[in-house]
Amino acid sequence: MTAATTPTTPTAPTWGRTSRATGTARAVRTYVALELRRTLRHRRTLVFSMVMPPVLLWIFARQDVFATQSAGSGNVTAWIAVSMALYGAMVTATAGGAGVSAERAQGWTRQLRLTPLRPAAYVAVKLAAAMVVGAASVTVTLLVGWLGGASMPAGAWAACALLAWVGALVFAAFGLFMGYLLPAENVMQILGPVLALLAFGGGLFMPLGAGRWAAVAQLVPTYGPAQLAHVPLGGELTVAAVVNVVAWASLFAAGTAWRFRKDTARA
Amino acid sequence: MTSNLTTPAPALLLRGLRKEYASAGGPVRAVDGLDLEVARGEVVAVLGPNGAGKTSTIDMVLGLSAPTSGTVQVFGADPADVIAAGRVAAVLQTGGLLRDITVGETVALTAALFGRAGSPRPYLERAGIADLAGRRVGACSGGQQQRLRFAMALVGEPDLLLLDEPTTGMDVAGRRAFWAAIRADAAAGRTVVFATHDLQEADTYADRVVLVSQGRVVADGPTADVKSLASGRTVGARVDDAGERADVTARLRALDVVDAVDQRGARLLVRTSDSDLVARFLLTQTVASDVEVAGDNLEGAFVALTTTAPTTDGAHR
Repeated sequence: MTAATTPTTPTAPTWGRTSRATGTARAVRTYVALELRRTLRHRRTLVFSMVMPPVLLWIFARQDVFATQSAGSGNVTAWIAVSMALYGAMVTATAGGAGVSAERAQGWTRQLRLTPLRPAAYVAVKLAAAMVVGAASVTVTLLVGWLGGASMPAGAWAACALLAWVGALVFAAFGLFMGYLLPAENVMQILGPVLALLAFGGGLFMPLGAGRWAAVAQLVPTYGPAQLAHVPLGGELTVAAVVNVVAWASLFAAGTAWRFRKDTARA
Repeated sequence: MTSNLTTPAPALLLRGLRKEYASAGGPVRAVDGLDLEVARGEVVAVLGPNGAGKTSTIDMVLGLSAPTSGTVQVFGADPADVIAAGRVAAVLQTGGLLRDITVGETVALTAALFGRAGSPRPYLERAGIADLAGRRVGACSGGQQQRLRFAMALVGEPDLLLLDEPTTGMDVAGRRAFWAAIRADAAAGRTVVFATHDLQEADTYADRVVLVSQGRVVADGPTADVKSLASGRTVGARVDDAGERADVTARLRALDVVDAVDQRGARLLVRTSDSDLVARFLLTQTVASDVEVAGDNLEGAFVALTTTAPTTDGAHR
């Protein structure tokens, strides 16, 4: 080496640098806020999470008899409203997680690896933003249901809303897994129809009845969240439902972790 | 250099760095025993043709890929730790931007990720994109996106700035502003390492030039020293007939003052310590025409050093 190297002390830029923990907390807060602004700008996402579920509710529940027919501690309209709230939340959560795919394609996740943000914090940001929008979706759908004649005890409203929202976590994990797995720029074009099929298969769009199909339906990822979301309304709390939620959540989370490690490994 | 309390670890230390990629035709060696040490506060240009291993090396310095063998130390530590501490920032060639957010949002987010509390405004101004703050990234031109990447690198206030072909897509004014900002940072003590294949840029803006060819360093030193490695000038001449060209080449090589003769189509590039003698020889004793004497520039050094570098096992990109 021929260069004459005279070590110089760089002027350490100390301004504005905060402690690691405070810095991370602020970084995550800023990032989640930006993610929410991005969602508000995406008309298609808004249509799928805020407009579609209430419209579906209106289509499914417009028969007047549903308002007078009782279902558990509420009426049939309430039962359908909870189903649609879960559907909206799961579509929203899936879309939020699947957004990872486009960001990988654009090289954004690679860029993030050049910043102090930990890769796991990025996943947490996507998850948090998806769940916030999911909560808004649940609220809007249930509000429309209430205006449309859904009736159930106050406690059931709150508990159903919470359970529908928590159930969407399974699909946030599903979206993340698919986002890391699929190379497509717009994964939701594939996942949208898949979610609709799952909603039918798991009994969200119509009652399962008691035939052979009802047994098979217990294996569908929407089955568990759908059953649990209706428990406060008088639905039965079954072992099959709990096992279904735990199993699918674990599977999707493990899949995400597997692809995530592959993606962030030093090649 | 021995480490002790009075000499801090160098900004960058690469020792015996190798990187092989698997491919259908067997492993491809992109980086082949690269050694490099960059002191704090230096502005170093890593110069080499496309495929010389520049980008592979940068990826290893940034911890994006792991070396096949050899070591990488940034400020005496593992790249991952230095990135986590926010002491390194990089401007990569392509991608790395979210198209649906604005220029201002991108820089503000990057500042937050680096744990910076200040306003991103001054950084947008230094990168010359303050007027684009409200524009969506996807609506920006290639040159504007490159300036945005630069603002993102500046806002982290890194101690080491790595730039991979940083001025690609920028117009002349943009380049000048870009390098003015870089030089100002370097004057304040920041270490800057940039990869380029633009000789002019390396010559004008770097304190030191590292020539890389086929995955290894073929010359390293202050810009003036590397130029002088070419020991003089390059004389170019045209010989249309292939047979004549071979004959002229052989006679040139027989001259004492000729260091190397390189062929570029019908043109011969003669590296020599005595350009007058070679030019006179070409014009009076051969059929050569269009004789040109190129000044004392990096191009000559580059041609000389990269064309005579040994090829290892034919394995290079």
